[in-house]
Amino acid sequence: MVGCGAVGSLFAANLAQLDDVEVWAFDVSRAHVDAINANGLRLSGAGDVTGRLQATTDAAALPACDFGIVATKAMHTASAIAATAHAFETGAVCSVQNGVGNEEAIAEHAARVIRGTTFPAGKILEPGHVQWDVKGDTTLGPYEPKPASMASIEVLADACTRGGMPTSAVADARGAQWRKVIFNAATNPVGALSGLTHGRVCEDPALRRLVTGLVDEGKAVAAAQGIELDADPEDLIDHAARPEVAYAHKASMLQDVEAHRPTEVDWLNGGIARFGREHGVPTPLNDAIRALVKGLEASWTS
Amino acid sequence: MEPRVCVVGAGVIGSLYAGHLAQVAAVSVLTRRPEHAEALVRDGLRISGKSDLVSRLAAADNAADLPEADLVILATKATEVEAAAERLAGRMTDATVMTIQNGLGAEELVARHGDWPLVSAVTFMSGFRHADNHVEYELDTETWMGPYRSSFETVQGIERLLHESGLRARAFPDLRPAQWSKLIFNATVNTVAAVTDLPHVAAFAAIGADTDLGLLVRDLMDEGKRVASAAGVELHEDPWEMNVHAVQRGETEAAEGHYAHVPSMLEDIRSGRRTEVDFITGSLVREADRLGVDVPLHRAMYRLVRAREAA
Repeated sequence: MVGCGAVGSLFAANLAQLDDVEVWAFDVSRAHVDAINANGLRLSGAGDVTGRLQATTDAAALPACDFGIVATKAMHTASAIAATAHAFETGAVCSVQNGVGNEEAIAEHAARVIRGTTFPAGKILEPGHVQWDVKGDTTLGPYEPKPASMASIEVLADACTRGGMPTSAVADARGAQWRKVIFNAATNPVGALSGLTHGRVCEDPALRRLVTGLVDEGKAVAAAQGIELDADPEDLIDHAARPEVAYAHKASMLQDVEAHRPTEVDWLNGGIARFGREHGVPTPLNDAIRALVKGLEASWTS
Repeated sequence: MEPRVCVVGAGVIGSLYAGHLAQVAAVSVLTRRPEHAEALVRDGLRISGKSDLVSRLAAADNAADLPEADLVILATKATEVEAAAERLAGRMTDATVMTIQNGLGAEELVARHGDWPLVSAVTFMSGFRHADNHVEYELDTETWMGPYRSSFETVQGIERLLHESGLRARAFPDLRPAQWSKLIFNATVNTVAAVTDLPHVAAFAAIGADTDLGLLVRDLMDEGKRVASAAGVELHEDPWEMNVHAVQRGETEAAEGHYAHVPSMLEDIRSGRRTEVDFITGSLVREADRLGVDVPLHRAMYRLVRAREAA
C-alpha cells in the first residue's frame, strides 16, 4: 500500500484479513505507522476490522511485492511511486486515487500499471484508526500504454473482494474512472468554492445547472476519447444528494479548503481540461473552476 | 443662495460626498440608524486621508425631519435603493436625484417612486470607515455623471458643485460607455474576489501560465464586452486595462505599506452580508439574455456568489 490514508487503510486492513496475502504499508506519517505496527490498523463504522500488517515510513524497507496499490492524494503520486518503484520491479501497480493522470505518473516508474477507481470513503480518526464512512465498489482494468495482464488484475480483484472490498476486473476501466472524475470535478469544487454541502448544492436549481454544465464538458471530453461511461454521472449526483446518502456530506475538497490544504483540483477539473485540450474539446467552465480554486488556495498565503 | 444637498446613506461613499459638499453647500444626511444621525449632528463629520476636514451638517433617520434639497445623492448600496426611494417618495420635490450605485438599474428603481429629474453616476472613490462620524478618504478618483431623466446642463451644474467642494468629477453627455466599463470591471473583479477570497492583487492580471487567474479575468471581461457591443455601447475604457492599471497601482501602494484593495463584494462575503451581485453581475446577465448573448462564465460566477451568500 503506497499511501495509507483513509482509502489506503480501507484496502490495507481488509486485505490483511486474508491468510494468503501479506500486506505492507508505506506512509509518511510516523505516528500512523507506529500505531499500525504497535496495535494493528483498525477500521470502524461501515465495518469493524483490525488488520495486522507491516507499516514503514522508509520506502527502502519495502520488500518485493506482487502488487502495489497507490492511494496517496494525487499531488503526491509522482514522489510516492518514485520512492517505492523498487518494490514493484516484477509486480503490477494500481491506482485507486481521485482524478485523471495518476496512472500516467505511475507509468513513469512502473512497467505494469492497473487503472483503478474506488468509491469507498473514510477519514482518519487518530493514528492507526480510520472511520469507514461509505462502502462501495472498485473497478480495475489495464492501463493501456503499459498494461498489467488481465490474469494478474483478476488476482488482485479477487483478493480485494475476498477481503471485503467488492472489486471487479474489466477490460476497459476508463468508463468507471471518467464517471467518477466527472462526478468529482462537477461537485467537489462547487462545494469547496461555495461552502455548501452536496445536498444544498443540488437543491439550488441554478447551482445544479452549473454542476450539469461541468458534467457536460466532462462527458464531451470522455466521448472524444472513445470512452463509454459505465453510468451517467448525473444519476450518481442525484443519488448522493438524497438525505440518507450524502446530503450533509462536505466534499473532500471543501474539507481541504476549510483546513487550508492543497486540493486535487489539478487532477479533477485540470485533468478534464488537459485531456480536453489534447482532443480539441473546449472546457471553459472547468478551466474557470480550476482557476478559482487555485485562486482560493493562493488566498491562504497572500 | 447656498445650494442644498441631501445625501441618502452615510456609508463610506455617502460620507465622502457629505463631508466635502458641506464646505460649499447646506448638507443634510439621511441615515438608517438614529444614533448615526445623532453622532453626525453632535460632532460633525470628519474626513481624513486625502482630505482633512470636519463638516457641520444636518442629519436624521427620517426623511420628514430633513429640509428640502436641490440635489439628492442616493449613496446607499444597490440592495437598498428601492427602500431609500420609498423613504423619499413625496419628499424633495424640487430636487434632482443622482444615483451612484454599482451595476445597472438603480435609476429605474428610483423613477418608480417619483418624477424627480435623475442623473446617473458612477464613482471610483474609496475610503475606510473609522467611525459613524469619521471616514478616511483613500482613493481620490473621479465621479462620472451623465443625464438619465435630466439635461446635460443639470449634470454640468453638479460637476461644478463637486469641483468646488474639492472632489473630482466629470460630466458626460452619455454615461453609458463609462457605466458599462465599470460594470464589466466590477462584475469580474468583485465576483472573482468574492469567490476566491483574494483581494484585488497582481494575480488578477497574471496570464503567463495556463492556470493563471488572469486568464479567467480576461475571459469574463471579453464576455462582458460582447454584451456591451450587442447593447450598442462603445466602452469608455477597456476593463482589462483598468484591471492591469489597478493592480499595478495596488502593487506600488502595497510596497509603500498600504493593504491590498478588498473589493466591496468580498467585504460583504467576509462579513456575512448580502452582496450587490444581483445589481452587478445579475444586471449584466439580464442584459445578455435580453440581447441573446451567451455569458456562461458570468452566469457561473453569479451562481457561485449566490451560493457563498447562502452558505
